[in-house]
Amino acid sequence: MILARVVGQVVSSHKRPQFEGAKLLLVQPESPDGEAKGATLLAIDSVGVGVSERVIVVLEGRAAGEALGRKLSPVDAAIIGKVDEVECVE
Amino acid sequence: MQIARVIGQVVATRKDQALQDRTLLLVQPLNADGKDVGRALVAVDSVGAGVGEKVFFVRGKEASFPFYPTEVPTDAGVVGIVDHWTTGER
Repeated sequence: MILARVVGQVVSSHKRPQFEGAKLLLVQPESPDGEAKGATLLAIDSVGVGVSERVIVVLEGRAAGEALGRKLSPVDAAIIGKVDEVECVE
Repeated sequence: MQIARVIGQVVATRKDQALQDRTLLLVQPLNADGKDVGRALVAVDSVGAGVGEKVFFVRGKEASFPFYPTEVPTDAGVVGIVDHWTTGER
């Protein structure tokens, strides 16, 4: 799983049926100290978060599919938690 | 998943049997600001996307799920067409 920040939301009216009703959020991966790292990703939201919130994202198909709760979903990323605080000692 | 721009189509007459009649799109991943990020890749289409459209694609085995039970040998698939996206304050 990775830490990321929600930076936007995607609207798509034509998509695979497994995405119906799912919220598609753009997330920017971050280092533990909050620095943006790498490309923006698109993840489904399974916890109910909004733009600018810090989140935990699973980057693996099976886990993301379970978060969506539908079989054979073509997904590879899901927001599975909202970060309250990160304590990093190094 | 990532958002991307369809920048072309790849024609391959000789290919795996399971890929016959499948459209191979050339997609360029995008950041939330709409700028290109990383290198373009080939993705199997499952939503009828065309050149010039903004789409989102999935990576990994899940890219073959839209064709279930056919096991399509792909690691990337276009699974939605993007109408638009919004970004918020960081």
